[in-house]
Amino acid sequence: MNLLYFAHVRENIGCSSEQMSLPDNISNVGELMSHLRAKGKGYQSAFENEDNIRVAVNQLYVNFDHVISEQDEIAFFPPMTGG
Amino acid sequence: MMKILVQEHDFDIAAEIAGLIGKRTDIGGIVTFTGLVRDFHGSHKVQKMTLEHFPGMAEKQLETICKTAEERWPLLGGTVIHRYGQLFPGDQIVLVITLSAHREAAFEAASFIMDWLKTDAPFWKKEETLSGAHWVDAKETDTLKTQKWQK
Repeated sequence: MNLLYFAHVRENIGCSSEQMSLPDNISNVGELMSHLRAKGKGYQSAFENEDNIRVAVNQLYVNFDHVISEQDEIAFFPPMTGG
Repeated sequence: MMKILVQEHDFDIAAEIAGLIGKRTDIGGIVTFTGLVRDFHGSHKVQKMTLEHFPGMAEKQLETICKTAEERWPLLGGTVIHRYGQLFPGDQIVLVITLSAHREAAFEAASFIMDWLKTDAPFWKKEETLSGAHWVDAKETDTLKTQKWQK
């Protein structure tokens, strides 16, 4: 999987993208977030408030129950503030 | 098809309008909206703004929003330009132009595109004030404005 991070999620984690293989016990976006949260303090603060996390898989917005696969590009970011 | 641009450099509103009109004589009205960087946020003085975006997806989302507007209103064309990178108070951030035979469609479509763009296009603003830099929070009122357009 290719993981992308934007805005404060990127700053908390300390990088804008990383490659990761999908662990066997993880099937959806919500589970991946819990898995990432356990990776360290930066990840923990990035995903602290789930209400403030939006997710796009292959550049399409999805909910936390969206099923993911090894080939996916998964982006995590806060609610958008453009315009 | 509306023209979509996500770019770092500034845009020229008059040139964009002239480009859309060309030699056409069927256009009855043109609406433009330009968003600028404000020099304040609440009581704080904003010195600089950084706009981050999701390359590729930003363009895709703007295309989807514009396509929806074109299906909903009888538009004769239009343009959306959104900038990213470092911006300063007074700088132009976003441009929406809509063309139609009658004004209502152009006004409504421009408003629709702006409301949707605020909540659905992957851009994030970071403001620098004298008390430090912070990411701008999404506004609940913006979400409500977008929801208002749902039929």
